[in-house]
This record gives sequence, structure tokens and C-alpha cells, in this order.
Amino acid sequence: MGDQFLFAIEVMINGLMAGVLYALVALGFVLIFKASGIFNYAQGVMALFAALTLVGIMEGQVPFSHLINAIFGTKIHHFGWEVPAILAILLTMMIMVFFAWAVNHFVMRHLVNQEPIILFMATIGLAYFLEGVGDLMWGSEIKTLDVGLPQGGSFWIEDMTAGLGSDNFFGFFIDKLDMVATVIAAILVVGLVVFAQYTKQGRAMRAVADDHQAALSVGISLNYIWVLVWSLAGFVALVAGIMWGAKSGVQFSLSLIALKALPVLMLGGFTSIPGAIVGGLIIGVGEKIFEFTVGAAIGGATENWFAYMLALLFLVFRPQGLFGEKIIERV
Amino acid sequence: MSDPFLIGREMTGGYGKGPDILHDCTIGVEKGEIAVIVGPNGAGKSTAMKAVFGMLDVRSGAVMLDGEDITALTPQARVRKGMGFVPQTSNIFTSMTVEENLEMGAFIRTDEIKHTMEQVYELFPILRDKRNQAAGELSGGQRQQVAVGRALMTQPTVLMLDEPTAGVSPIVMDELFDRIIEVARTGISILMVEQNARQALEIADKGYVLVQGRNAFTDTGQALLNDPEVRKSFLGG
Ligand SMILES: Nc1ncnc2c1ncn2[C@@H]1O[C@H](COP(=O)(O)OP(=O)(O)OP(=O)(O)O)[C@@H](O)[C@H]1O
Ligand SMILES: [Mg+2]
Repeated sequence: MGDQFLFAIEVMINGLMAGVLYALVALGFVLIFKASGIFNYAQGVMALFAALTLVGIMEGQVPFSHLINAIFGTKIHHFGWEVPAILAILLTMMIMVFFAWAVNHFVMRHLVNQEPIILFMATIGLAYFLEGVGDLMWGSEIKTLDVGLPQGGSFWIEDMTAGLGSDNFFGFFIDKLDMVATVIAAILVVGLVVFAQYTKQGRAMRAVADDHQAALSVGISLNYIWVLVWSLAGFVALVAGIMWGAKSGVQFSLSLIALKALPVLMLGGFTSIPGAIVGGLIIGVGEKIFEFTVGAAIGGATENWFAYMLALLFLVFRPQGLFGEKIIERV
Repeated sequence: MSDPFLIGREMTGGYGKGPDILHDCTIGVEKGEIAVIVGPNGAGKSTAMKAVFGMLDVRSGAVMLDGEDITALTPQARVRKGMGFVPQTSNIFTSMTVEENLEMGAFIRTDEIKHTMEQVYELFPILRDKRNQAAGELSGGQRQQVAVGRALMTQPTVLMLDEPTAGVSPIVMDELFDRIIEVARTGISILMVEQNARQALEIADKGYVLVQGRNAFTDTGQALLNDPEVRKSFLGG
């Protein structure tokens, strides 16, 4: 096999893994959008907040320590203990569920029947609020997140594949973290689909996504379902936050992954779970391959805009996305 | 005289913080009977139904079920009390199959639902043939059958139907009315809004004529059919 071809495959595999993360964030959007018609601008910040909280709990940080120190003149930072990753993840999840409840109870419940644009603006407010709270609670310095996921390239895969090309080819370089992320994301997605398809609560979720009024008339509590989907979105955000945080540290730029999810949604359709996955993978692979093939010729850095170009093309030629429902009202 | 089995009494209210749509409006039904609500478009018939089901807040008035005040209950709590509701629009789950729609109807039940589903299929045989088809692909009349069947799945004691015959042919309408009478004979009270006033009042034990959110006429179905004023204004002579 030619080395160029092998390099292209390596690029593609790495793109797939980046795509998995895009897909995860997009999935959080789809869950909430389907069930409540709300485009949750805060999804990226939720991932950031979840990751911040996780690090904070693991390292035994005192929440709001800056605030407490400023008011009482104390100098506390840490409790002096460390919490095991598993326990910290559970605690973080509980906080995300509480957040879901609070969002619904204090904000969304009062905006039922409002225009989508108003709901959207509410989530913009929510995003800045959550970013501020995260900053106040855990501080704004960049943190490293290590929940014990494997790091670095896999020598095993490198050794196994080195023989495929000429002497200049050293085998595929694939990050172990990426592989773990892919497996976890796949489990998460299968879990969500099984949940939605086969459990009572999952079915109720689908019913609400289908029609609010019909769901009400069979005795489903809309409030309950909305807390449920925001909790699930919080869970997905936590997983995405862990992956991204383990890869590039926990910092405020993490909330920007939400911006990458937007083109994914345009590709996959705003209401389709498979769409979010396939869209994420296409953009992940697409931008890497494009950079590899065309990018070199035109000066690189195509990864910054490739996704948006692709999304724009879709907006023009297939506005409902690959899997989305037709945006034509039935008459 | 004691209260009817289900009654929304002197309800006043509207949507959200908007203006009042209902003004001292009363609708209700006796046990095992059929009550029909008629009136011009925009009279507030659907609004009155939603108020009885708890989908909008009434500012004054009360909703009573079997002597119990349920005014403060949420819709899902009312379903658990035995109320079934088929809204005028968006009353089925279009992306689910017919059978899944029926299963969703039994959402609050924890016991075996096979028997009830069998009864629904006997009432509406066409649904059995289409049971694996997405409900969104059905015709208007078939959708209405799904909606009514779905409401029956909770084994309600009172069934509220908002224009169950909307958009169906006269033949299917007669069919549906026959089915509804059949349901009422099993002891389920029926409170329904109908556009086809004359046919509906013929099968009604009690009739309500609503105009601009108010009770204009209330009497037995037969008496309303014979009332010259009702005939002139609402039944086309
Ligand atoms: N969701 C809503 N929000 C605000 N106003 C509404 C809503 N639904 C209906 N209305 C208003 O309430 C009034 C009564 O409407 P309603 O749907 O109850 O009439 P109706 O008697 O059922 O009419 P139709 O025969 O056309 O079904 C109308 O003026 C309508 O504009
Ligand atoms: Mg109506």
C-alpha cells in the first residue's frame, strides 16, 4: 500500500474520534430540542461547568472560596482531601440533575407557550449565568482533569500496523484517549437509544417530543419530562466535558465546542439522534481529510471554517439536514 | 338536584395572562350519558374542554368529578382520576405506530393492557389492520379512531372528545357516532364538542349551546332540537 494512502487513513481515523466529541455535544442539543423545542445555547457551557465541578470535587476545592475569602478575610482553598473519580462523577451528576430541575423550575416553566426565539434568548442568559457561577464557584484558572483515562499513543496499534507501508511508515498513531472516548460515546448512544425505545420514561420522552398536548392527555407530566431531558443533556455534557477536559485541560474555551456542534446539527438535523452522530462523524472526518488534502495547498487552518462551509452548503440544498424531518408544514 | 358526574361550573378564564375567553360557563355530563357542546367557531368550546381537563387555569368557578373538587389538579392527576381527553388538534403521536399510540394511552396503567387493547380493536377493526403503521400516515378518520381508542386505553370513567368527527365523511361520521354510543352504553360518560350540531344533538342526553364563552342555551338534546330559536340560529332552520 502507498504511504500517502495509509496517512490518509490515519487522518480519517483521527477525524472519526474528533467527530465523536462533536456528536456528543450535538446529542445534548437534540435531546432538549426534540422534547421541548428549545435550542439550548448553554449546552457547551454545561459541559464546561460539569468538567469544572468534577475537577473541583476531585481536588477537594472549597466552592466559592474566592467569595468566602473576600467577605470573611479567610484564606481557604481546599478541604485537604481528594475524592475518587467515580464518586466525584456521581456527585457531579447529582449537581447536573439539580441544575436541570432549577432551570425548569425557575426559568423554562414560566416560559411555556412562548416564541422559540424567547426560549432561545433565555438559554443565552442561562449560558452566561452558568459560566459566571462556574467561575465564582471554582475559579477561572486552567485545570487539568485526570479521571484515570489512558493517555498517549497506542504502541500496540503502531507496531501492528507498521508493516503495512514502506520503511518511512511507522504505523498508525492513534491516541488511546480517543479510542476510549469513542467506546464510551458509543455505549452512551446505545444506552440512550435503548432508554428511549424500551423504558416507560423513555417512551414518555418520545411522546412529549411528538406532541405536547397529546402527551398531556395520556397523563404524562411535561415538567417531569423536561427535568428528565435536561438531566440527560447534563449527563451527556458531563461525558463530553470529561473527554475534552482530559484532552486539552478544563478551561473556558471548552464552552466553544458548542459552536462546533451547530454545523453538526445543520448536517444531521435538529431532531435526529442518529443525525447528530453521523453529522458529528462526517464533520470530524471531513475537516481532517480536507485539511490533509486541500489545506496544505491553500495554507492550512481550514479546520476553523470547513465545518461552517459544509453546513452552509447543507442550508442551501437540504435545509432539514440528513435525517431531520421536512420543515414543510403539513396542510 | 345533585351535581352531574363531571361538571365545570361557572368557569371564567382564558389563556395565560390573556383576556377571559370563558364567562361563567358551565358544562357537564351525568354518569353514562352523552352531553354535547355546540356553538359557532371561536365560541370557546375547546377552551371550555381544556378548562375542565385542567389545561388552563380558571380564575373563578370549579370543576367537580363525582362530587370531588378537582379544580386545582394537574391534567395528569385528572387522568389518574379517570378522565380521558381527546383534544381537537394534535391528539395522536404521529411518529409512533398505531399500537404504540394505544400503549401510550395506557401510560398511567401498571396492570395488563392486552384485554383493553383487544376491546379497542373490536370497536375499531381498521386499527387492528393498521397497527404497525405510523399513525401520521393514516387518514383523518382513522386518526380520530386512534385518538379515541387511545383515550379508551386508560379505562376512563368519563371521556371528553373535542370534535371527534372533524374532517371525516358523513358515512364515517355516522360510524363514529355509533361507536361513541356503544362506548356510552358501557357506562362511560361522554362530554363532546361537535360541529355537526343536528346529528350530535340527536344522540345527546344533554346539550349546551355556547356563544362567546357564555351558555346561550342548555337543555336536553331533544328539547334543543325542537327549540325554534336554537333551530334558527344554530341548526340552519
Ligand atoms: N392557545 C390559545 N391561546 C390564546 N388564545 C386562544 C388559544 N386557543 C384559542 N384561543 C382563543 O380563544 C377563543 C375561543 O377559541 P376556541 O378554540 O375555544 O373556540 P371553539 O369554540 O373551540 O372554536 P372551533 O369551533 O373553531 O373549534 C378564540 O378567540 C381563540 O382565538
Ligand atoms: Mg374547538
